[in-house]
Formats: sequence, structure tokens, C-alpha cells
Amino acid sequence: MIDWEAVIGIETHVELQTRSKMFCGCAVNFGAEPNTTVCPVCLALPGALPVPNEQAIEGILRIGAAFGCELVEDSLFHRKNYFYPDLPKNYQISQYDVPLCINGRLDIDVDGEEVTIGITRVHMEEDTGKSLHGSESGRIHDADFSLLDFNRSGVPLVEIVSEPDIRTPEQAREYAAELQRVVRSLGVSDVRLEEGSVRFDANISVRRAGDEVLGTRAEVKNMNSLRSLQRAVAYEIQRQIGLIESGGEVIQETRHWDEASGTTSGMRSKEESEDYRYFQEPDLVPLHVDDSWRDRVFASLPELPSARRRRMVASGIDRQAAATLVDSEDLADLFDSAIDLGADAATVANWLTGEVVAYLRRHDVALSGTSLAPEHLRELAGMVGDGTLSSTAAKDVLGYVLAGEGTPGEVAAAHDLTQISDAGALDSEVDRVLAENPDVLDKLRNGDMKPIGFVVGQVMKATRGKADPQLVSDLIRSKAGAN
Amino acid sequence: MTDLADLSIASAGVGLRRGGFSSRELTNAVIHRAAVTESHLHAYLTLDQEGARAAADRADADFSAGVDRGPLQGIPLAIKDNMTTRGIETTAGSKILSGWVPPYNATVVDKLNAGGAVLVGKTNLDEFAMGSSTENSAFGPTRNPWDTDRVPGGSSGGSAAAVAVGSALGAFGSDTGGSIRQPASLCGLVGIKPTYGMVSRYGLIAFASSLDQIGPFARDVRDAATLLEAVVGFDIRDATSYRGETPDISSLLDRGVEGMKIGILAELTGEGIAPEVDQACRAMYDKLADAGANVRELSLPAAGYALSAYYLIAPAEASANLARYDGVRYGLRVDGDTTEEMMAKTRAEGFGPEVIRRILLGTYALSAGYYDAFYGQAQKVRTLLRNEFAAAYEQVDVLVSPTSPTTAFAIGERTDDPLSMYFADVCTLPSNLAGDPSGSIPIGLDGDGLPIGFQVMAPALHEAQLFRVAAEVERLAEFEVRPALATSEVTPA
Repeated sequence: MIDWEAVIGIETHVELQTRSKMFCGCAVNFGAEPNTTVCPVCLALPGALPVPNEQAIEGILRIGAAFGCELVEDSLFHRKNYFYPDLPKNYQISQYDVPLCINGRLDIDVDGEEVTIGITRVHMEEDTGKSLHGSESGRIHDADFSLLDFNRSGVPLVEIVSEPDIRTPEQAREYAAELQRVVRSLGVSDVRLEEGSVRFDANISVRRAGDEVLGTRAEVKNMNSLRSLQRAVAYEIQRQIGLIESGGEVIQETRHWDEASGTTSGMRSKEESEDYRYFQEPDLVPLHVDDSWRDRVFASLPELPSARRRRMVASGIDRQAAATLVDSEDLADLFDSAIDLGADAATVANWLTGEVVAYLRRHDVALSGTSLAPEHLRELAGMVGDGTLSSTAAKDVLGYVLAGEGTPGEVAAAHDLTQISDAGALDSEVDRVLAENPDVLDKLRNGDMKPIGFVVGQVMKATRGKADPQLVSDLIRSKAGAN
Repeated sequence: MTDLADLSIASAGVGLRRGGFSSRELTNAVIHRAAVTESHLHAYLTLDQEGARAAADRADADFSAGVDRGPLQGIPLAIKDNMTTRGIETTAGSKILSGWVPPYNATVVDKLNAGGAVLVGKTNLDEFAMGSSTENSAFGPTRNPWDTDRVPGGSSGGSAAAVAVGSALGAFGSDTGGSIRQPASLCGLVGIKPTYGMVSRYGLIAFASSLDQIGPFARDVRDAATLLEAVVGFDIRDATSYRGETPDISSLLDRGVEGMKIGILAELTGEGIAPEVDQACRAMYDKLADAGANVRELSLPAAGYALSAYYLIAPAEASANLARYDGVRYGLRVDGDTTEEMMAKTRAEGFGPEVIRRILLGTYALSAGYYDAFYGQAQKVRTLLRNEFAAAYEQVDVLVSPTSPTTAFAIGERTDDPLSMYFADVCTLPSNLAGDPSGSIPIGLDGDGLPIGFQVMAPALHEAQLFRVAAEVERLAEFEVRPALATSEVTPA
């Protein structure tokens, strides 16, 4: 039995959400009617020339800076030459040997293990148009006709290339997830896999553990969720191992992930030996990033997800809760605001990652679609803290607040959920439950305290969660011991 | 009385402002000249008589209203058909763009319109500006007004022929390796290629982006300066456009050359230059020295490799620039069973042999395994040449040479011999590689009665020095002959 090691690098394409395209003034608007956000430049009419979009360059620099990259002083644009109907110039303006950002890193956490993935480069590209092929398969080769929409042509793209530092499907998934979080925190793209505003391609090879030499790699494309990325990587690793162990050989190729069958298959190998004939783009001058621009970019960075998680954990919540909150930026923002108002961190984190997430999912709404405000969380935490609400009742109150019924104080009163902390009021309820369950009372009297939870539960039920469970428990103990 | 079509821009401007004649009359004279000469020359691909007359009427209305948009107001001009004109077919001399009507104007065209100029039409050119004779036009060659059995030079041969014969008072062309200066030389005109970046390339159908530059044709140096001044300046739509303050062009025209240091570019004299051209140029060097300039010979060894470097760099850029003509969005489409076949057939039928030759050459020069030996090496030569030019301009103010090694050659003489055709640009293309301004001034006729051009080269942004020397060369040459076709009563063939 040989031990195998997988070596994985990920190329990420991020569509930047700029107002206008990379090299012309056309609006970036994905909902527009086909071929309405186009001009001589992005249609590559004769005589049209590209002019770089400063907002896009700034976005790329911010991404590079967030990965701790070096921002290159004079980066170069190149032409990448290939013929394709949805590439109107039949070359793509890209970057080649001198990209905008180099030598960064992304630290990821997989099941408590911290792994550093190197970022080779972050560079600028432009997107192509979209082809719609008139065939049942939707593929070009058996289509009677093809339609082209150039609205996407020239939309700014960022390519983020990782070092081959990834070793497992789980790491691949977490790298992609953390990359999404970082880019999202910068506000330059919504990085939605399902909508194609981020795409991950994985370069995968395997080698025997301990080998220095890399195996032949295959590039796997077409993963439209983090889960499918993880599955595709896992499948491809096993495919390559199986191939080699059965005497076969991995060939360098691009492979297509098929979600339904859970397998990868070789795409047409036409492009394998494609020579892109890169040369410096003569229509553009080198892009100069001076010290002050560089400083401005670094100074403009927000708190990054990893730092935010660390800060949250330091405030007293667990790692998993911090991760959940930071994953959904609006929850994290709400958490921070509530803590700033003085609410208890652990309590708030519990609600946000429990009831609130469940509520949002159940009602299929965004946090912004509810009435929940930081002040509510502070008030609610206060009511639990001073015994006005039981923690059970607090969850109900939270539900009513989310539904927009009012502040915690208002809904607690309206729904009569204020905790009963009066021993006299609870005494009769405890007696009733014990009277109805004589066997339980016997056990308690004989020193078997196991059923105490049952009795508390019955009392809570009878009081619709308003009873102070600690007080109920004390009452039961005293009755069991007293008689 | 002089025919209005033979006036210089400067004197026509005076006439228009003093009320001697209207722009409508001037434009009619030019259109009439075109009507009688086009069948002999084929200078134009499109004559826009209606548009020209409308523009002339607008200019006349402006004059009447006291609105003066500058020295080109009401002046009939021609534009090479590789600059886009909204609503007017623009072909770049290629079948692949036949019938294409641009939805937008080149920046140069916008500037000329804003200056009140009258655009008479679009002139013929070698397909995609690739050539030195205008014989590579998909729509038939242009002929030289001095001898219609000869070429007008190229690639801007149509613009040159039109200005020489009087079917425009001035014209614009583009110069990638000599495409303004060489036809200016062969047609007895002043032709200027400005500093790279001085005139916006937006709307100029690209041949080789790092070399292409738009510039004027005129019958004298002052008119050339006037035309250039109307179109220079930073353009936000061209990232390679010069961002600094626009340099002076015409303030030194009357200064003379006394005390100036003038270098004769040794690599471009003697061998390979036709004896009569060489003699005429040598005579001009002497006259310049007599006029008080310090004239001496200077060697730029890299200039000897410029031709080889140029024919790698220009085709390499062209191979990408022309990739967009694929039949998908506009222009010619030849159907095929697959998309690839459609593209291949479209390009095979749409491009002429010289364009295909250069695309192949350029594709090869950029290919993996060949890049370093060809394109990479050519870029090194280009850098070396720039350095040598810079060093030379430490010692002299301008460099001079013949513009073209020969006078106009016969139609068909070189079409089967690409290398001899390429050699026509040997004197002009070093300035393109360097990005420096350069111009051609007519200095005389050879024994066949064909014009000889004299080239003046200057450092980048030193257009004023270029024009200063050009004006003196013009005075010293006293070249005032016009081609027979412009002066004789001709009837349409």
C-alpha cells in the first residue's frame, strides 16, 4: 500500500463589480438586454482603443493587498491571442510576466489546523462575451446556430493564482471559501459561485508521498459550488491514483466536472498545444503604481475575516460561532454593534448562530429584511441577565422581534413571557406535576434525582416557558428531601 | 486666374475671409477637379460630394455670422480611408471591410469637423496601410499625377495624389513605416509624421499600434503645420496619447537654419540610393551649410538593421490587430460548416496577399520557440536604435537624408518582389521605430520629371525644429512645379 499525496493549485477568476467595463465606459449590468451595454471598444470595431478603468485597477490592488502581495510599480499588459467568436478582438488583454500583484498568502483553518497557501499572483484580465448555442446539448459542436451577447465583453476580471500548496479536498474548499470571504469583505465583488461572479479551476496532480517531483497535472473546471469543488478535487485525486496504480498515465489536459455523475471527463483537447503568442499590448502603456497609491490601497483595507474571527474569539465566543458570523458579513456586523452596546458576547453569538440563522433560513429572508437591531440584542441579553426572561422565553421573544412585532420589552409583555421568579406561584405547579406522577416522586424521595429534568420540563410546559428553571429545580429538591 | 483648387490652404483662408469666394465655390472647384482627374488617378474610394457641400455651406454660414473656427474653416480636405467616419463607408482598402459604415468618428475627424473643415472624401490606400505603392488596395491602385503609369507611393497614396492634383487642398494619412513621407516624396508634397502620441489614434484602423501615427499632406510647409496643429493634443480615448503640453509646431518657420547643427544620416546615403536622388540631397546639404547650418555626417549603425526589425515588429502587431476581422460581427462573412471554417474562409477571401503575408510573418515571429529569435531580437534592435538616435541628438538638432531611395516607380514593377517593395521604406522607418517626428519636403525633379523628397528627422516633441528646417529646405529648393495633370485641361478618361 503506497501513500499518495495530492498537489493542488487553484486559479480563481473574480468578476469585479465596477460601474464600467475594464477598457471602456460601458456599464456593467448583467440584467441588461443582450448587446445593449456595448460600444466600439468592447465590440472591437475597427479603430477602437482600450483605456484602463482606474476603479478596476484599484479593486485588483485592494485584492492583492488583502493577500499581503507586493504591488508591482510598473506592471505590463499583454495580448493573449486566440480565436473564439465571443472574444471580439480575438485576443484578450491580460497580464503575463509582470502582473499587478505578486507573492501573497492566504491562511486557512481546516478543522483547527492552520495552513498557509501561497498566492503567486493577482492580475487583471477582461471577460469575454457569452455564446448561446442553438443545439440540444447547448454545446457548439452540434449547434445549427450560435447567438452572441457582448454585454459581458470587457467586464473586469481578476485572476488569483495560488501556489500548489493545497493538499486535500477539504483544504481546497476552505481556500476557496476564505478567498470568497476576503474578496467580499473588500466590497469589490459579491463572489457568487452560482452566478458565475467567481470561478475556481483546480490544477491537480498526485505523487507518492515523499517524492520531490510533481506528477502530471490535470485542470478541472466547471465547479459551481464549494461542495462540488471539494467533490471534484476528491474525485480527480482518486481517479489519478487509480489510473497510475493500474499502470496508466495521467495526461495534461483540461477536465470538465459533471455535477450529476460526480465525475470529471476530458474536454476536447484542441487547446492543449495552443500557443497564445503573448506580447506586450502596444495600445497601453505600463501601469504605474506609485508609493502614495500603494499606501492608500493598504490604508483602505477593512478588517479582514481572519482578524475579525480572532477578535471575536478573544471576546469570548467559540471558533465555530465566529466563523459562522464572519461567513455572513451582516451577522458579524450586527454582532459587533451589539457587543459595542454592551451585550454579552457569548449570549448574542448563540442567538445569532442559532435562532436568527434558523429564522432567516425558515423565512428565506436576509437579515436586512427583518427588524432585528443591535439595541434589541442588548436589551434581550439584559433581560436574561437580570432574570426577567428565561433563556427559553428569550428565544421566543427573539422570534417575535425578528418578525417585527416590537422591542423585546414590548413583545415579552404582549406575549406574557416574563419569567415567573416567584416561588409561591410555582409551588402549586410543582405539586401538581408530582401528584400526577407518583412514581417520579418515589424515585426522587429515594435519592434518584434523574427524573428532575422531567419535572422541570413539565412545569416549564405548563407555564409556557416562563418559569425560572433554577427556581423550579430548587423547589423540587426541597419537596423531595422535605418529605 | 488661378483655379481655386490650386490654392494653398493659407491663401484659400485669406480668400474665404476677405469674401473673395465662398467655401461652396472652393469646394465645388475641388470636386470639379476630382471629377476630371479621378478616372486617371483613383485617389478616392469614396467622394462625399453631398456631405462636402453641406459642410461648405455651414462654413459659409459661420463666416457670414462672424464665427471663425480656425484656419481650416471652409477648407476642402481628404482623409485616408483607414480613419473612421460616422455614416461614411470606411474600408481600410480591404475587401473584408467593404461596405462597413462606422457608427463613430475618429478623433481626428471630430477635430477637423469642429474646426469647420470640409471633408471631401476618403482616399485610397494599400490594404490596411500595408504597402508602399497603393497597389495593394482591394479596390484598384491609385496612380501618380506626375506620371499616371507610375505609383504615387504608399500606403497613403490616395491622399498624396489628391493633394498633388488638387482634388483636396490638404489631406491626412497615416505613417507606420513611411506611409505619409514616401508618397509625399513621390508626389512632390510636404508630408509629416509627428512624434508618436502627438495625434490620437482613436478611430485609426490599426496596422501596427506602436508605430502608427496620423499626419498631414500639404503643398507647402506652412499648410502642413496648419493641418497638424488642428489635430494634435491629448485624447482620453487613446492611452498612448501624449499627456504633456502640446509642443510648439510653427513658431520657428521663418527663423532659418543659421547656427543649427544638422547631421546627415550616413547609413541612408550613397549605396542603395538612386544617383539622382543622392545628388539632389547632397546639393541640399550644401545649400543648408551655405545658409549657415553646421552640417556633418553622423553614423547610426542600428539604422542598418531597422528594416529587418521593422518587418518583424509591424507584422507581429498586425497579426493581432487584424484578428478581429473574423466575419462574426461586421464586414465580409463567407459561410462555412463550422465557426472555425467560417472564420478561416472569411479571412482567406477577405484579405489580399500582402496582408496575409504579413499576418503569417507576424504570427510566426511571435510563436513559441521563435519569439526570442525574431520578435524579441527585433525589440532589442528597436531599443538600440532609439538609444543611437538619442545619442545623435546630443550632437545635432536634426538629422537629414533622402526620403525615398528612388523616385516614383512604375505600376506593377515591384508587385512580384515584396523585398524590393519593402526597401522603399528603408529611409523612413527608423523614425517610426524611434517614435520621433520626421517629414518629407520636395526639393526637385529627376530626369524623368519625377519629384525627389528630402527627409528631416527631429527628436521626439521637437516638431518646431523639424518645421524650422523643413521651411528652410523649402525656401532653398524653390520647388514650385505642379504635376501636369493638375495644370493642363484634362478630360475624364
